[in-house]
Amino acid sequence: MSAASTSSRTEAAIRRAGNRALIGYLPVGYPDLATSVEAAVAIAEAGCTAIELGVPYSDPAMDGPVIQAATQSTLERGFRLEELFDAVAAITARTDSPVLVMTYWNPVLRYGVDRFAARLAAAGGAGLITPDLTPENAGEWLEAAERHDLDRVFLAAPSSSDARIDAAVRASRGFVYTVSTMGTTGARQDVDRAARALADRIAERAAAAGTTALRCVGLGISDGEQVRDVLDYADGAIVGSALVRALGEGGVPAVRELAASLALGTLDGGADDAAPAPDQKGANA
Amino acid sequence: MTGTPLREQHGPWFGAYGGVFMPEPLMAAIDELAACYDECRDDPAFQAEFARLSRDYTGRPSMLTEASRLSEQAGARILLKREDLNHTGSHKINNVLGQALVAQRLGKTRLIAETGAGQHGVATATAAALFGMECTVYMGEVDTERQALNVARMRLLGATVVPVTSGSRTLKDAINEGLRDWVANVDSTHYLMGTVAGPHPFPTMVRDFHRAIGEEAREQAIAMTGGLPDAVLACVGGGSNAMGIFHAFLDDADVRLIGLEAAGDGADTERHALSIERGAPGLLHGMRTYLLQDLEGQTLESHSISAGLDYPGVGPEHAWLHDIGRAEYQPVSDAEAMDAFLALTRAEGIIPAIESAHAVAGALRLAKEAPGSTLVVSLSGRGDKDVATAGRWFDVLDEEARQQ
Ligand SMILES: Cc1ncc(COP(=O)(O)O)c(C=O)c1O
Repeated sequence: MSAASTSSRTEAAIRRAGNRALIGYLPVGYPDLATSVEAAVAIAEAGCTAIELGVPYSDPAMDGPVIQAATQSTLERGFRLEELFDAVAAITARTDSPVLVMTYWNPVLRYGVDRFAARLAAAGGAGLITPDLTPENAGEWLEAAERHDLDRVFLAAPSSSDARIDAAVRASRGFVYTVSTMGTTGARQDVDRAARALADRIAERAAAAGTTALRCVGLGISDGEQVRDVLDYADGAIVGSALVRALGEGGVPAVRELAASLALGTLDGGADDAAPAPDQKGANA
Repeated sequence: MTGTPLREQHGPWFGAYGGVFMPEPLMAAIDELAACYDECRDDPAFQAEFARLSRDYTGRPSMLTEASRLSEQAGARILLKREDLNHTGSHKINNVLGQALVAQRLGKTRLIAETGAGQHGVATATAAALFGMECTVYMGEVDTERQALNVARMRLLGATVVPVTSGSRTLKDAINEGLRDWVANVDSTHYLMGTVAGPHPFPTMVRDFHRAIGEEAREQAIAMTGGLPDAVLACVGGGSNAMGIFHAFLDDADVRLIGLEAAGDGADTERHALSIERGAPGLLHGMRTYLLQDLEGQTLESHSISAGLDYPGVGPEHAWLHDIGRAEYQPVSDAEAMDAFLALTRAEGIIPAIESAHAVAGALRLAKEAPGSTLVVSLSGRGDKDVATAGRWFDVLDEEARQQ
């Protein structure tokens, strides 16, 4: 994952943001295709460094209740994968923020891994985040990603062994999805302390392997304060459930407003920060 | 077949099926479980404790009963492997006691489980009581309604029963909810998977804990009839009772192994649970296997009168046995299963679980094709939990009871 060998648009965008990235998650097609495109463009304009578009799936074992409810209603109204590629094309036509697709693996397998990758690349997508595909099962995907110059984001968790972190660092391009807590997605009062320790471990393992790894922390972040906390020690903060809830309750204006307030957390020099550990982040950037 | 005996398959892969397709946050727990189970398998003390519990608590070995009157009516010799006589009323207890011992060795203090018919949930709640552990059972809302008696049993045993309202509100969604709980509580909690599905080591481990069914049945059938049976039949939801009874016979090439899948409204309708016959390979719940899915890789809802067979996937070892032609999988509709339910009840005084009635229906059908043959049938559970469903089906409830 070294900077020299990558053409990762995601990585470039995170670096342009001074390694203080905000990544916003929204389910594609929710509540309908047009609105989901508007919402994604709105959060990009409001300050999201990258967009994470979730593919609705019948068995979302890694998602909490807010995202489950949104994706289930999207499936019930008859969501088709074709909408995903249309949405990616429509969003990338209107914003420079890279669009990553977050998908459980069976829809990709069924569609055909290479065919999916080709369609995604043609639509202007940046790559895939794969919550239930770990590096040891990712051979076919990694080859396709290489062929189509797509980012591949794998997860690291507080429980991951050093060997598993090494594998995630090696296989990932774009960033390593740093799972902040051991729970499923859903806004929490506090982003877990475990996230800081994990982000540090990922940086150490990458350095030991003679490379670098961008670390974006997700699961449980819901306000600008938490974004700022996370950006003390990580390169990006990923917000999902809170945005989805805002979209569901107040439509595009609400999601834009929340994204703008989250983006305040990406601004440097938080009042309460004595020392934002510049050495540590600098070493990995 | 050359090379490794079919009985010597220990995963993670059964041909192209099985594997470990789990989110990273659970990988450490899965790896730990696999390593611990490997130890347990080779540990005589573990095996002795499991054997002791199976004998003194479950009541093993279970009987093999000659179903004389049913045999006479059917025209074949039908032998029933009586898992319905186990403590808690089904085969599910075999696996639960084994996994509870593994959980104990891992230092876990809490068991969670999914359940469809409620038999696995009851067995897990029972083991939690026996081992002094906490217990939470996830059950689709649809199933809590059709198996209300088992919900009450679990609560009496001290378990928390969580009705699952997401997705199709049946077994597959209960598994999703169980996995979410596991991610959040993995330090204290063992996920006690109730069938031969899920990521490795579950399919292998659960099968091993049910292997006694087939080992006993094979010896009992030989003792009773002087030879091996012509066929062994079992219902297949996830496939645990079937794998348990098939396993001892896998290398007996002359013994037909027949799994009966739930055909719901009928094999020619869209409302069924025929994962093998009508599904396609894909990923669900951490494994690669046959599953009911649409062209976009979304899991389809299954349908069956039997909550325990109402699952759109199947254990990976069955997928493999199907592909290599060692086992056959046949459909049994709701109506055929209920006919068999009544036939067994009236001929033998044995009320089967509706799941098990699918296996009986398969045997009655095979008896017509192969009269005079000897058939071992897995009677995986008893029908107490299904009396309300059967009562409605056969219209034998009094007005008052019907309104409940
Ligand atoms: C009595 C009985 N038989 C069979 C099954 C189906 O499970 P499996 O296919 O794993 O044996 C169940 C599941 O609930 C059951 O209760």
